[in-house]
This record gives sequence, C-alpha cells and structure tokens, in this order.
Amino acid sequence: MLELDQVTTRYGAITALHSASLRVDVGEMVVLVGPNGAGKTTLLNTVAGLLRSTAGSVRFEGADITRADPARLVKSGLALVPEHRRIFKDLTVEENLKLAGITATGSERRARFEDVAMLFPVLRSKWTTSAGFLSGGEAQQLAVARALMSNPRLLLLDEPTLGLAPTLVDVIFDLLVTLRDQGRTMLVVEQNARRALQLADRGYVLRSGRIVATGTGPELAAQTDLFEAFIGSPDGRSSEDHGS
Amino acid sequence: MTRLLQSLLDGVGVGSTYALLALGISLIFGVMHLVNFAHGELITVGAYTAYFFFLHGGSWWWMPAVIIGAAVLASVATEQIAFRWVRNASPFTMLLTSFALERLSHALWQIFVSPKQRPFPKPAWVFNSLTLGSVRLEVMDLVTIGVTAITLVGTAIVFRRTLFGIAVRGAAEDFDAARLMGVKANRVISGAFAFAGLLAGIAACLIVMRTPSAEPAMGSEWLLKAVIAAVIGGLGSFSGAIIGGLALGLLETFARAYLPDVATRLDRFSTGIVFIVVALFFVLRPQGLFTVSHAERV
Repeated sequence: MLELDQVTTRYGAITALHSASLRVDVGEMVVLVGPNGAGKTTLLNTVAGLLRSTAGSVRFEGADITRADPARLVKSGLALVPEHRRIFKDLTVEENLKLAGITATGSERRARFEDVAMLFPVLRSKWTTSAGFLSGGEAQQLAVARALMSNPRLLLLDEPTLGLAPTLVDVIFDLLVTLRDQGRTMLVVEQNARRALQLADRGYVLRSGRIVATGTGPELAAQTDLFEAFIGSPDGRSSEDHGS
Repeated sequence: MTRLLQSLLDGVGVGSTYALLALGISLIFGVMHLVNFAHGELITVGAYTAYFFFLHGGSWWWMPAVIIGAAVLASVATEQIAFRWVRNASPFTMLLTSFALERLSHALWQIFVSPKQRPFPKPAWVFNSLTLGSVRLEVMDLVTIGVTAITLVGTAIVFRRTLFGIAVRGAAEDFDAARLMGVKANRVISGAFAFAGLLAGIAACLIVMRTPSAEPAMGSEWLLKAVIAAVIGGLGSFSGAIIGGLALGLLETFARAYLPDVATRLDRFSTGIVFIVVALFFVLRPQGLFTVSHAERV
C-alpha cells in the first residue's frame, strides 16, 4: 500500500533521512521506533508531503506521490496526525472536524461526524468548546478524530502519546487497538516503543536517519539488546522523550 | 456634550474605514505572514476605475459594484502575479515585494494617466445632513457607519459559518496543519486576497464618495493608518483589527477636537499625536492589544 524506496530528505546541509526504505501492506499496523532525532518525524512528514525528499521515491497504492501536495494526498486517502497534535486552538471542536472534512461532500461529512462522535464520546460533549480549552488527552483524541474525518485508507500517527499522563496513554493505546481491529492500515511513530511493537504486525528501527532493523512487532519488542543499543533505556523509552 | 457626540460620530466614521482596511491587512498577514504595503493601492485602483467609468457616462447607482469588482480583481491578480512566487521566501522579501508593487502602482498611474488629481462627480446626497437636537448628522457619516457595520457582520458570518471562513482561520493559525486536513494552499490564499479586496473595495467606495477624485498616491496615506490600526489590534487578530481601526479614528478626531487652538490651526498635529501614541504603544505593548499566541508559522 505504501512503499518508500531509498528515500533521502535533507534540511539544508543536514541529512535527516538516509536512503530509507520501508513498506506498509493493506491492513497492517507498522510501528517505527528509534531515539530522538532519528528521523521518524521527518519520514512521516516526507510521506505526507510536508517535506520534499531529495532522492528516492514514495508510492501509495501504486501511484508515485514523491512530490505530491499534502492536500492532494488527503484526497487520495492518506492522513497524518502530526507531532504535537497541532489542533486549531482558536476553532471549536466542531470547526476543527468540519475543516478536517473539507475534502468530503456534505452528506459524507455528516456521516463521519456520527462515526467520530461514536468513537470519541468525550468530544461530543465539548462540541462547541474552543479546542484550546481541551485537556491533553482530549486534544489528542481530537487530533486523531480530525484525521479520521477524511476517512483515510492509510493513517500516519506521529507520537500520539507524547506528553500525556499514563492513564491517558492507555486511552490512546486502546484507540490504536480499536483502529487496528477495524482493519485500518497504520504507520505509527511511538515513544513507548515496546508497548507499540507488541501491538504491531511489523516494526522498523530508525537511527541517525537510517533503518537499522526490521522484523515482526513482537520479534523486535523481545530484543532487549536492540533497545539498549538503538532506542535507549530497556523499557523502550529514551530519557529525552520525557516532558517534551 | 454636542462636541463630544460630534467627535464620537466623526471618529467612528473615519475609524470604520480604517477598520475595513486593517481587517484586510490582518487577514493576509494571517494566511501568509505578509504585511501587504500594496493593500492601499486597491483604493487607488477603485478610484481610477470610477474615474474611467464616469468619463463614459457612469452613474453612482452602479459605481460601487464596479469599484468593488475592480478591487477584488486587482487583489487576486497581485497575489497570482507577485506574491505567489515569494510565498516561501523570508518575510522581508515579501515585504519588499509589496513595497515594489506599491511604487509600481504609483508610477503606472503617473505615466499612463496623469500625476495630477482627476476629479469625478460626487453622489448628490453626499453633503446632506440631518439635525437631531443639537447634533448635526452628516448623511455620509451615517452611510459609512451603516455600511461598515453590515460588512463586519457579514464578515463575521463568513468566518464563523462557512467552510471557506473556517479554512482561513485554521490556515492563519497553523498553515501546514490546514494543508494536512486537505486545505489547498493556493485556494485559501487566493480566497483571502479576494476577501481582502472586497473589504478594500467597500472602503474605496466610502472614500471616493467623500472625496470624488483619483490621484496616484491616494492609497498610501490610508494604508499607513490601516497598518497602524492592524498593529494596534495585534497583526493577525481579526477582532483586534476592527477595534484598532475604530480606536485610531477616535484618537485622531478627538485630538483634533480637543487640542488647543494652536493645534487646530496646524491640522497635521493630529497625525503627529497618533504617531506618538503608536510609538508609545510599541514600547508598552509590542504584541498588540489582542495577542495571537501562535502567529509563528512552523
């Protein structure tokens, strides 16, 4: 479904992603882990069209999307929940979702409002609240709900539990399980590496812009030495991730 | 008391024109971080359009529509011809581009029409007034305030209720996040320019009804005031732009009405006062009255 072939992305003189290749098949949940600054966000932003790769190609459902515009990608069925959520704080919850359904027709949009309200009951009670007043957990749910408004066939999630309290981390992980069980294809970057890998069909380990290991989710989750060498502390969290 | 009411009315009259222009400047700043110094030229375009149509038997019955149409077209054209190509450049480059457009506009009118003022007929009712008790109400003031009020209510409805308005507000807050939602960058920016053109066109109508003439640099003075109003309100804040415009208009009028006679003889003094207050403002509250906390585009 998604195929990256030798993708390189640079910020000026810094190469953030070095000939990275990976693929996500239909219905799979693939998790991408690695220490801070490994290039995980760069990879997702390159796929979503926010960054332009300098070499290599990205294909989505067979079509070359290497230099595609983010708005076009949303329309063709790919959505990114960006790092730090980036919900529109000045807009209400309803307006956030309305805007996120901009590519849909009026009736599609209403139907998805229903779906989203079902999946996120907490948002339904805050419909007309400014999104700036939401708690961290609610804001993250809104960020995911927003991506679902375009009914994507491939969902990219960048650090969905970043900065959340442990109980809210559980809520987001439950959500990932629900989405996976619904058969949604997902590529997830997650700081709780081991926990995410245990849920995943497959995983990739990214370090200094290069893919250094790949395998099934549980396989990677079981490799303690891998975590120490490439990701950070044995529990799969790198210490710098805290509080960012 | 009478003088107070009179000043209040005059101030709101002038201030509401500033507000329309400041709102356009704030809108463009919101979606592309450009302080558009060519925005005032839309008034000039409107005025010359009226001048040309009056040469060929124009009438005030339909002239406002023509002026507004010309301002909208000119605004969209400047985006497509000039600003689109520097969209990802530094704010300084965009600023210089807008200065260049402003200068170019002055030069073109001077070369192809005339450096001199070109008058055209005024609407018949423009200097009529009604007296209410001891206050003399100029019809033009009432028209200005009425038209501005309707325009601002309409603008509020567009930004609250329509998908276009929500997209513009979203894009003003976080442009890339809006693109990730499927908002097309070109479309939302073109739309913002068209809307800013509409507001400037309405302002141009009000301005040329009062002083029915066209001259090359007429937009610049209005522009400066509008930029100041937008900055007072906090660039990028829509309600701030409106309040900034009204505050500036009132400040000017009250300075003129209540300063000593010396100042009345030197009418330009009121502009001086405005600049002093604005300078103080920059020192005391550089972020504007209404802070837009996330104006930085990431």
